[in-house]
Amino acid sequence: MYSLRRVMVSNAKAASNLYHALEAILVFLNPVWKFVGLERIDKAFSFIERNIKGLLFDCQMCGYCVLDKTGMSCPMNCPKQIRNGPCGGVRDDGNCEVKPEMRCVWLEAWRGAKKLDPNTTVVPDLEILSPVDQLRKGHSSWLIKVQEIQSSKVSVSHD
Amino acid sequence: MIEEKKSSPKSLLPGDKRPIPAGHSTGGRLEAVLRSGGFAVTAEMAPPDSADPQDVYDRAAMFDGVVDAINATDGSGANCHMSSMGVCSLLTRKGYAMVMQISCRDRNRIAIQGDVLGASSMNVANILCLSGDGIKTGDHPEAKAVFDLDSMTLLKVIRRMRDKSQFMSGRKITKAPDVFIGAAANPFAEPLDYRPHRLAKKVVAGAQFVQTQYCFDMPIFKDYMKRVVDLGLAEKVFVLAGVGTMVSAASATWIRHNIPGINIPNHIIKRLKDSKNPKHEGQEICIEIMQQLKEIEGVSGIHLMAYRQESTVKDMVLKSGILDGRKPWRPSYN
Repeated sequence: MYSLRRVMVSNAKAASNLYHALEAILVFLNPVWKFVGLERIDKAFSFIERNIKGLLFDCQMCGYCVLDKTGMSCPMNCPKQIRNGPCGGVRDDGNCEVKPEMRCVWLEAWRGAKKLDPNTTVVPDLEILSPVDQLRKGHSSWLIKVQEIQSSKVSVSHD
Repeated sequence: MIEEKKSSPKSLLPGDKRPIPAGHSTGGRLEAVLRSGGFAVTAEMAPPDSADPQDVYDRAAMFDGVVDAINATDGSGANCHMSSMGVCSLLTRKGYAMVMQISCRDRNRIAIQGDVLGASSMNVANILCLSGDGIKTGDHPEAKAVFDLDSMTLLKVIRRMRDKSQFMSGRKITKAPDVFIGAAANPFAEPLDYRPHRLAKKVVAGAQFVQTQYCFDMPIFKDYMKRVVDLGLAEKVFVLAGVGTMVSAASATWIRHNIPGINIPNHIIKRLKDSKNPKHEGQEICIEIMQQLKEIEGVSGIHLMAYRQESTVKDMVLKSGILDGRKPWRPSYN
């Protein structure tokens, strides 16, 4: 939802904490997921993620979440789906050239990232975000994180 | 057959590749002019809505003798025209130096990487990486927007192809494309304070030259270039400042209000309005802007985007004196 999405950016710090808390819980429960079987719970995970993140961030289920790198503003809401924006078509009022009624998601990213870190240049260390892996599309990016932890056999600390 | 293989570099045909000088990415003339410290001039060519090669030759000929490379646009404004690949393949065969624009809007990573190899094989030395204009602004708003990559990742992909001889998949390329990699920059779009950082990111991604949006607002551009120089970017990337000519106050006002990202200040619109010959005044403004841009630290050249005014380019460049008497390559007609 557009209005909620903007609230999330305005409260980027809280949104980031909430996001990481949810993610941490799911990763913490890793042994449970392992027991149940990852393929079996993908649908459930995706359902939860689609609804929570869909409501709060207008999540498009790209399968490779970068919210914490973009000031909690989802770049997949850019009509050009630019992962490394903003493009040169931002209007004088800060709105999108394609959707004039919508604020540029990358200006929102800039606003949110400044709340997370006042010295930011949006993406730290000039990191260039990879294009979307279409094989991951529609799958839970939280689950992918759990899978990554499983495959690298990193033990999760409970701090 | 054997005798042909023995041919010396002097007998290079117009479309043949030239040897790559040390420290250069290509044997192209645009890169050579920039690296030698020359003030380069490029111009954008509007591709025809036609399958007649003569239409392409006629349009290119308008720039003969005043530009170092011609930009072939790739469905600019999301309107359909002859492809940049088609234009480049025709013109490289005549010996023209081309900047092939690639927009991420219409093709995915498989098609684009194939085009990079195809273009390089045809002696296209320069490629400009663009995200592309939104589909809805063009003449086919019902089309599917691809945007598999964005301009930033496209820069990285082409650099990897050139420097590592690899596709994105990691598969080996047997002969890497020699490409001078370019990007676009808009110093005039919000957020202004982020724009120099965005250029820095493009340089990290692989950009060796940039062509900017139309420069009409000199204070903003000077401020941008100062920050570009302060960030140390001017030593890493050649900045070609974009210029164009306005034909009337009405069209300038329309562009200001309807094309996002183009900033035309009031004093320019007033000059056009007060003039008895606004078309001529527009050219005078363009010449003055080019002369001013040449004096700005970090600016390595001019990129002319004289949409539907291409015939005025030669005159404006010669009048402005920005070539310093240098005579860019021109085809020799038999």
